[in-house]
Amino acid sequence: MMRFLLLFSRQGKLRLQKWYTPLSEREKKKIIRDMTTMVLARQPRTCNFLHWKDLKIIYKRYASLYFCLGVESEENELLGLEVIHRYVELLDKYFGNVCELDIIFNFEKAYFILDEFLMSGEIQETSKQTINRCIENSDMLQELSY
Amino acid sequence: MSDVVEKTLTALPSLLSLDSQPGSAKLSSTSKLGALIRGITELTSKHEEEKLIQRELASLKDQVSSPNTSMRQMKEAMVRAIYCEMLGYEASFSYIHAIKLAQQGSILDKRVGYLAVTLFLNENHELLLLLVNTVLKPNVPQRYDTCNTPLVEEKLNHPKEIIRRKAVLALYKFYLIAPNQVQHIHNRFRKALCDKDPGVMFASLHIYLQMIKGYKDLTASFVTILKQVVSGKLPMDFNYHSVPAPWLQIQLLRILSILGKNDQSTSEIMYDVLDESLKRAEINHNITYAILYECVKCIYTIYPKTDLLEKAAKCIGNFVLSSKINLKYLGLKALTYVVQQDPKLALQHQMTIIECLDHPDVIIKRETLELLFRITNAQNITVIVEKMLEFLHQSKDDHTTIDLVGKVAEIAEKYPLQTMNTVFSLGGDMIQPDIPNSFLKLLSEGFESEEENKKLRLFAVDSYILLLEGETRNLPQRFLQVISWVLGEYSHLRNDLDPARVMTLLTKLLEMRQTSSETKTWVLMAMTKLCSGEASVSIARSVCEDLSSSMDTVQRQRAHELLLLSQDRALRSQLLPLCSDPEPLEVDSSLSFLDAFVSEALAAGAAPYKPPHQRQEELAQQKALSLEPYELSLPINMSSSCVTGRQSPTLMSVSSGLSGDSAELSHKGGSTTLKLEGVKRVWGREGYLSKKEPVEEVAQAEIPSPLSSPNQHTGASGTSSNTHPPIPTPEPEQEKQQLASSLFVGLGSQSSLCLVRADIYSTQDVPSHSVAVFQYSLSVIRPVVHFEVMGMLSYQSSHKSHEVEFTYKLPLTNFIRPFTVSTEQYGAMWLAFSNDTKQNLNLVTDGQDSLTDTLNVLKGKLNLHIVEIIGMEGIVACRLAQDQPCLLHCHIHAGTLAVWLRSPVPDLPDSLLYHCQRALEGT
Repeated sequence: MMRFLLLFSRQGKLRLQKWYTPLSEREKKKIIRDMTTMVLARQPRTCNFLHWKDLKIIYKRYASLYFCLGVESEENELLGLEVIHRYVELLDKYFGNVCELDIIFNFEKAYFILDEFLMSGEIQETSKQTINRCIENSDMLQELSY
Repeated sequence: MSDVVEKTLTALPSLLSLDSQPGSAKLSSTSKLGALIRGITELTSKHEEEKLIQRELASLKDQVSSPNTSMRQMKEAMVRAIYCEMLGYEASFSYIHAIKLAQQGSILDKRVGYLAVTLFLNENHELLLLLVNTVLKPNVPQRYDTCNTPLVEEKLNHPKEIIRRKAVLALYKFYLIAPNQVQHIHNRFRKALCDKDPGVMFASLHIYLQMIKGYKDLTASFVTILKQVVSGKLPMDFNYHSVPAPWLQIQLLRILSILGKNDQSTSEIMYDVLDESLKRAEINHNITYAILYECVKCIYTIYPKTDLLEKAAKCIGNFVLSSKINLKYLGLKALTYVVQQDPKLALQHQMTIIECLDHPDVIIKRETLELLFRITNAQNITVIVEKMLEFLHQSKDDHTTIDLVGKVAEIAEKYPLQTMNTVFSLGGDMIQPDIPNSFLKLLSEGFESEEENKKLRLFAVDSYILLLEGETRNLPQRFLQVISWVLGEYSHLRNDLDPARVMTLLTKLLEMRQTSSETKTWVLMAMTKLCSGEASVSIARSVCEDLSSSMDTVQRQRAHELLLLSQDRALRSQLLPLCSDPEPLEVDSSLSFLDAFVSEALAAGAAPYKPPHQRQEELAQQKALSLEPYELSLPINMSSSCVTGRQSPTLMSVSSGLSGDSAELSHKGGSTTLKLEGVKRVWGREGYLSKKEPVEEVAQAEIPSPLSSPNQHTGASGTSSNTHPPIPTPEPEQEKQQLASSLFVGLGSQSSLCLVRADIYSTQDVPSHSVAVFQYSLSVIRPVVHFEVMGMLSYQSSHKSHEVEFTYKLPLTNFIRPFTVSTEQYGAMWLAFSNDTKQNLNLVTDGQDSLTDTLNVLKGKLNLHIVEIIGMEGIVACRLAQDQPCLLHCHIHAGTLAVWLRSPVPDLPDSLLYHCQRALEGT
C-alpha cells in the first residue's frame, strides 16, 4: 500500500502532497523535510530507492520535478516506479507536454487526476483513456455551469 | 546570490510561457492564484514571502466569511488556501468553509471542497463529524466514515462499474480501519470478485490480499484469473506498455504465494500458471521485471518444485548481473529472500555481491549487508560483522543504525564469542560502555542450557588466555577489562589451569605502560577473585607492594583489598563465592539503610545534602569571592564544605566520606585523559600481528635431526631464524591482501612457528664409501611462499665433534597437487572457505583464447586442475598434499586475469598467488 506521494522542485519547494494514512501536521512536515533533503542529496547514477524508517521511498526526477512515493516495505519497488511513471503520463496527456508550471498553476487538476488514478493508497484505474475521459467530462461540466 | 539567480531562472519560463500562450485556458495565470504564485516567485527573501502570504490570508479570510461570495469565488479562494497551506502557512479559518463548499456547491465546487477537506483535516479533527454528515448526502462514497457501511454496501449494486469499484475500495478501507465492521458482508466481496467488470474484480483483490488465509477454496479461481490475464484476455484498456494488467498480475501473484505457502496440494494448482508467467514476461521493461520479481518470490514461497526453482534462480541471475542499478537492487533483494531456503544461490553471485559491497551507492551497500546477514555462519562471521561495523561508522541515519546494530546483536546471540571479540577488537575504545557490560551480562546470566553456558565460558577463558599469552600491547582497554573480568570469574572452570598462571598473565597487564588506571582496577579485581594457592598469593603480595603506594586512590584501595583477601581465605570465599548463582542483587537505590545515619548527622547540625549540580552552582557563585589559596586543587565538595565552615565533628565525617568519593571521581576523570595515550592503535589485535610475522620473516622448516640432542636442535633453529635472508618482499598491494586475509583468520588458530612437519622415515648407519639416505616426509602446517629446509649433520672423528649445516629452499609448488572436483562441489566449497585474496595477473596473449592459454600455463607449471571454463570465466582447483584445498576463480577483466583464491587454510591463497604471478611473469 502506498502511504504518500510528494512532488517537489529541485529547490525543495513542495508542489503537491497526497497522504493515504492519517498523520498529524507535525509528522507530515517532518516527512516533507526528510524527503526533500534525502532525495535532493542523492548522487547521479544511484538507484531510485531509499529507506526511511520502516518505509521504502521510491523517487524519480522528471525535468525539474521530483516525484517521491512512500510505500510499505513489502511493496515492489519497480512497480512503484511505474506508478510514478503512469501518473506522469497521465499529467502529460492532460496538459500536453506537462511542465512544472502546469502543476503549479493547476495543482487542483493534478490532484483530480491523481484521485482518479489512485484511491486510498491502491491503484484504482490504470487506463490512460478512462482517466482522461473522466477529467475531460468534469471539465465539460465546468464550462457548462458557468 | 546563486539563490537569486536560480529564482530568476525558475521565474523566467513562466514569463515566457505566458507570452507564448496568451489564450491558454489551462494556465490560469490571470487568476488570483496565478497572481499569488507570480508574486511569490518575484520575492527574494523568506521574510517577504511571509509578509505576502499573511496579507493574502487576511484577504482570503475576508472573502470567505463575506456572505456575498459566490460558490465559484469560494472555490477559487479555497484553491488559494490550499496553496498557502502547502507553503506551510496555516489557513484554519477556511476549513469550515471547505466543508460548506463540499455541501452546497455544484458538482465541481464540491470536488474542490472535498479536495480541500482531505488536505486540511486529519483523522481527529473535530469538523470530521460534520463532514460525515455532508458525505451521506451525495452519491460518492468517501473514506472518512466508518459508520455508514450499509450505504456503501448499497453502492456495490450500482449499475455503473466505476461506482462499484469505488465502493469496493471504500469497503477495503473500512476493513483496514475496523475489520469487524465489515465481517457480515464477506459474501459481497465474493460477488465483487466475480463482477463482470475486471476493474471491480481488481479492486476486490485488495481486500482478499488482506484476509486471504480463510479462502483456500478460491485458489482455483485466482489461478484461472491469472491465466486469463497472462494470456491477454482482458480489454486493451488494462494494458500498460503492452503488458497485460501488470498491477492485477502482481496482486494475484501475491495472493497465490500466501495461499501456497507450506501447502503442497494448493501449490500444485499454481505451478503451470507460474511457469507461464515466467515465460510471458520477456519484454525488457521495468514492469515485466516487476512481475518477474513477484513471480520469483512466489515460487520460492510456495511448496517447492525443482524446475520452477531453477528457472527462478536463473531469473534472479539476470537481475543481479544487470547493469541497471535498480534491477541490481531488486536482484539483491530477491537473493536475500531466497538464500534463506537455498544458500547455494549466493555462491554463484559471490563476485557480484563483493562488488556491491563496495558500491558507491549506500543503498546498494546496505542491501548487500542485509544479504550477508542472512548467510552468516561460523566461518565468515568475522568478515561480515566487520563489514557491518564499517558501515555503521559511516552511517548517519538513525533508523539504519538501529537496524544494523540490532542485526549485529542478533548475530552475536548466535555466535556470541566470535562476534563480540570482533566487536571489541575493531570497535576498540570507541564502543559504548554498555556494550561490554551487556556482553558480560550475557555471559554471566547465560542461556537456558547449563551445558551451553559452561562451554561458552570455557571457550571464553581459553581464547582470552591465548590472547594474553601473545602480544597484549595493542588490545583496546575495554577489551582488556572484559578479559580480566572473564578470567577472574570463570578461569576456575578450567580445572587444569593453574590460577598462578593466570595471575602472572594479569600481572603483565598491570606492568604495561599503556594500561589505563581504570583497566588496572579491573585487573586487580580479577586477581582478588583468583588468588588461591601459595604461588598466587605471593604474586598478589608483590603486586600489592607495588600498588599500595599508587597515586590512584581506587587502585590503592583495590590493592589493599587484594592483600587482605589473599590472606584471609574464609572471608574471600564468603565475599566472592565461586560460581555465584545469577541471583539478582537487590540494589536499594534510595539508600534507605543510611537514613538513620543521615538523621543522626542532621540532628547533630550537619548541612542537608545538596545534589551535585546545586553544589556546583554554589561553588561557581562563591568562586568570585573565595580567597582560599588551595581551592582549585581540592576536590569540589571538600572546598565547599570548607567554605560553609560549619565544622561539627559529624559533618567532618560525612564530608570526608563524600570527598573521598569525589576524589575517586576526579581521578577517574583524570584516567580518561590518560587512557587516550594508550589508544594509538585501534587495529591492535594480537592475533593478526603474530600471524603476519612468519610470512614476512623467514619461512622455516625444521627437521629434528636424529643425531642432535633436543637442546642443540632448539639452539640451531633459534640462530637460523635470525640469520636467514628474508624472502623477496611482496608488493605493497599483495601485502595489504595478506593482512586482510590474515585478519579473517579465526582467533583460536595455532601460532606455531614450525611450518612444515617432518616425520622421521628411516635412519641408517653409514658404511664406508657409500651413501646414506635419510628419508623424511614433509607436510605443510602453515603455507608460505618458500620453505627453508635446514638440516644439520653432526659427526665425530677422532674425539672431535663436527657439525655441518645445510639449507635448501623448497618452493610451495612442490606441495601442490591437482584437485579433481566437479563444478557443483566447487561451488559448495567456495562459500565455506574464509581465507581469500584477489589480484590481477598478466594474461598469456599469444594464442587465440587467452584465458585457456593462461590457465594451461598455470596448470603446467603449478600442477593445478582446471575444473571448468565458461566464456570469460574459469575455475581451477588444487590442494596441498593432505587435503587442504585451494580454489581459484579467474575471469578476464580489462585485459588482465582477475584471480580470486579461497581456501580454508590461512596464508595458502597468498602464497599460491605469489607462485601464480611468478609462473605468468615468466611467459
